[in-house]
Amino acid sequence: MRKFLQPILAVVFGLALGLGVTRIAGENPWHVLAILGKSAFGTGYDFGMTLFYSTPLIFTGLAVAVPFQAGMFNIGAEGQLTLGALAAACIGALWPGVPWPIAPAFAIVAAILAGSIWGAIPGWLRAKRGSHEVINTIMLNFVAAGIASYVTLYLLKNPDTQNPETRSIGAGYLIHQFALFGGAPVSTALPLALVVAALIWILMWKTVVGYEMRAVGQNESAARSAGINSGRMRIIAMAVAGGLAGLVGVGEVLGNAGKFRLGFSPEYGFMGIAVALLGRNQPGGVVAAALLFGALHKGTADLDLETEHVTRELSLVLQALVILSVSADGLWSWMKKRNEP
Amino acid sequence: MSAETTAAVELRGLTKQFGSVVANAGVNLRVESGTIHGVIGENGAGKSTAMKMLYGIFPPDAGEIFVHGKKCVWSSPADAIAAGIGMVHQHFMLAGPYSALDNILLGAEPVRCGVIDRRWARTRLESLAQQYGLPVDWDSPIENLPVGVQQRIEILKLLYRDARILILDEPTAVLTPQETKELFRNLKKLRDEGKTIILITHKLKEVMSFTDRITVFRAGKVNGEMPTSETNLQDLANLMVGRKVVLNINVPPAHTRDELAMEVAALSLSGTVAGSRHKLSDVSLSVKRGEIVGIAGVEGNGQSELVQAILHPRDPQCRTSGTVRFLGQDVTSWEARRIRDLGVAVIPEDRQREGLLLERPVSENFLLGLERSQEFSHAGFLNSKNLRMEAARAVEEYDVRPRDLMIPAGKLSGGNQQKLIVAREFQRKPRVLIAAQPTRGVDVGAIEFIHNRIVRARDDGAGVLLVSFELEDVLTLSDRILVMYEGRIAAEFTRGVSERELGLKMAGS
Repeated sequence: MRKFLQPILAVVFGLALGLGVTRIAGENPWHVLAILGKSAFGTGYDFGMTLFYSTPLIFTGLAVAVPFQAGMFNIGAEGQLTLGALAAACIGALWPGVPWPIAPAFAIVAAILAGSIWGAIPGWLRAKRGSHEVINTIMLNFVAAGIASYVTLYLLKNPDTQNPETRSIGAGYLIHQFALFGGAPVSTALPLALVVAALIWILMWKTVVGYEMRAVGQNESAARSAGINSGRMRIIAMAVAGGLAGLVGVGEVLGNAGKFRLGFSPEYGFMGIAVALLGRNQPGGVVAAALLFGALHKGTADLDLETEHVTRELSLVLQALVILSVSADGLWSWMKKRNEP
Repeated sequence: MSAETTAAVELRGLTKQFGSVVANAGVNLRVESGTIHGVIGENGAGKSTAMKMLYGIFPPDAGEIFVHGKKCVWSSPADAIAAGIGMVHQHFMLAGPYSALDNILLGAEPVRCGVIDRRWARTRLESLAQQYGLPVDWDSPIENLPVGVQQRIEILKLLYRDARILILDEPTAVLTPQETKELFRNLKKLRDEGKTIILITHKLKEVMSFTDRITVFRAGKVNGEMPTSETNLQDLANLMVGRKVVLNINVPPAHTRDELAMEVAALSLSGTVAGSRHKLSDVSLSVKRGEIVGIAGVEGNGQSELVQAILHPRDPQCRTSGTVRFLGQDVTSWEARRIRDLGVAVIPEDRQREGLLLERPVSENFLLGLERSQEFSHAGFLNSKNLRMEAARAVEEYDVRPRDLMIPAGKLSGGNQQKLIVAREFQRKPRVLIAAQPTRGVDVGAIEFIHNRIVRARDDGAGVLLVSFELEDVLTLSDRILVMYEGRIAAEFTRGVSERELGLKMAGS
């Protein structure tokens, strides 16, 4: 019970703090709250946009949660999702003629593979060379951004526009968009994300590999002493994480833009860290947390337009306060545990 | 009741609770001035908690502390030190590269004109050392000194701070039998000079031979207090555990088979720094099936490295040369998993660090290392039903309390954690058992249980390598005894060797 109540309280606290800030800025906090609620859930379109933002957060939240269970901190989801999306777009642009059911499957596999490789590299470096994945994933984020720019601007540039984006993918690659949401780009990527979350739960809690990954995360010495190859488990965890982040490309490229656009991600990879933290690194928790952050993202986006004093920056402050309070909650539990004898 | 008291230390109704765990429930303890007072109890019985409150590490929830008849309320150990109480912790609090002199001064430097007055300090310390018969080399870096001398420095540190009451927490854990004797000789001298000494230990023989009075802790309470002359080993053990304990199990003679369970040849591990001492040099030994081979030695003479080298021969950080064979097969290039799958069970030296997932439930801990066995997995998926059934059966058979598969292993007491590990490792039906420190920090009742299990494994045909810093373990169980000193095998004995002879070899002579 406490387990569920605590993160909820943290969110409420962060939200209250954020609304307090809008009060100082000269806005009626209840009014701000009403706008938040309305713009996240008000119409079918609004709710659709909330779901659209939530979908990549489910993937990146899982991409942080899985390595975390294996005792690693993946800050590289941003780079992994960039390369995943890029790979899907490249496949679609280079072979536009592939027909429907094969084409998206092909692109999805490419997105997973690209992300996996990008995740496995820091996993391998940690396992074999002992260099820390936090440093390596951050650096690889920059490398991934560089590769994406180069491919987008020099190799597959869309000749019909000034925007930094690749050529469009073939029509056979596009996945289903649900009509329910008044034009919001909610695609099959959402149910895919839910299925993947369920699969990750099975992987982590029902399989031998999942158990061994968690054992390494809990106590590497004990795992090693029991005969578990901890290096291999780290590589697997990071490869799985990369694949998960790569799947962000499915919603964006196949379900929304139909191409790779530079800078399409409002830092989904980093928001994934907060999502995983709030979701207690459990797949179910990650899905719930992703929905919350999706709603917050959509809600705050409209504050700028609908209020006088809450600017775009201030709405980011509001979001940040919620994230901070959630992280502080984790810190609090950790400190409490430390003080016990 | 008058608040006046003549005792050096008196604790009245001391109570301390951590979360939902009551560590001390109304502890009353009286230590007379100028005596050696033994405080014994199982792990988690609350003896350390009471002493830490006396030393000001944390405040009691309720109850009072009197020192030399004066009621005291500490806000930190600094207050306790000022009142003349000193504590030697189980793990010494020394700065390795500093000299003995500087270690003693650290935190209480005599300053004259802004400069540390070492000369004055040295004169004072030399007279202290002479008075109490504790000679020390003041100038060499402390890490180069033997453990017994380091402990002497810890005691001098307290005397330098004018401590009149000395608390020693498990002081003999790291000493050879000879060093232990010398320590107690020194403690007696200190007592005769008027100091009061409180000795926390779990070794019954020590309290019996060296103390004046004994207090027995059990389950957060004082379960008995008596003059040492009016009690005996058996009564103390019974008081500690709360039931009748068999102190000396009878180990029937071994029926050793000719088959080799384990054989290592010329095993070496060079030091991490070029030119430094080898951690293992040229260790060769063999264990037959149906035999217990004990490795005796003072902590830090290569025993841990030996076990790691045997279990992870592939890892260059564990072994630099030499071969390891199990059950006739050369496993030197094998992964740990393959070695374990031959039927090699391991009771690790540090059960919390190397043996358990402390935050995970008992059932998952029971699974550790067995997760790929046919019994518990199928096609990569775990068989949770089998796991629950087997874990429940094992918890029953090995008497792990409480009988709850879902509580985190970290919440079990030390003895029950160890029994859980024994249960898991014996699930493999071991043909080789490597038991490192199997009874470390385990209560008397669990020691009896674990000893019996190890003997039974031997009689079922397992070859057992027993590594222990507790001479009791080695002497009781081993059919053959090897002594390790500075990374090599220094001597070999058969069953029946005297403690004295063993002790001499452990000290490297």
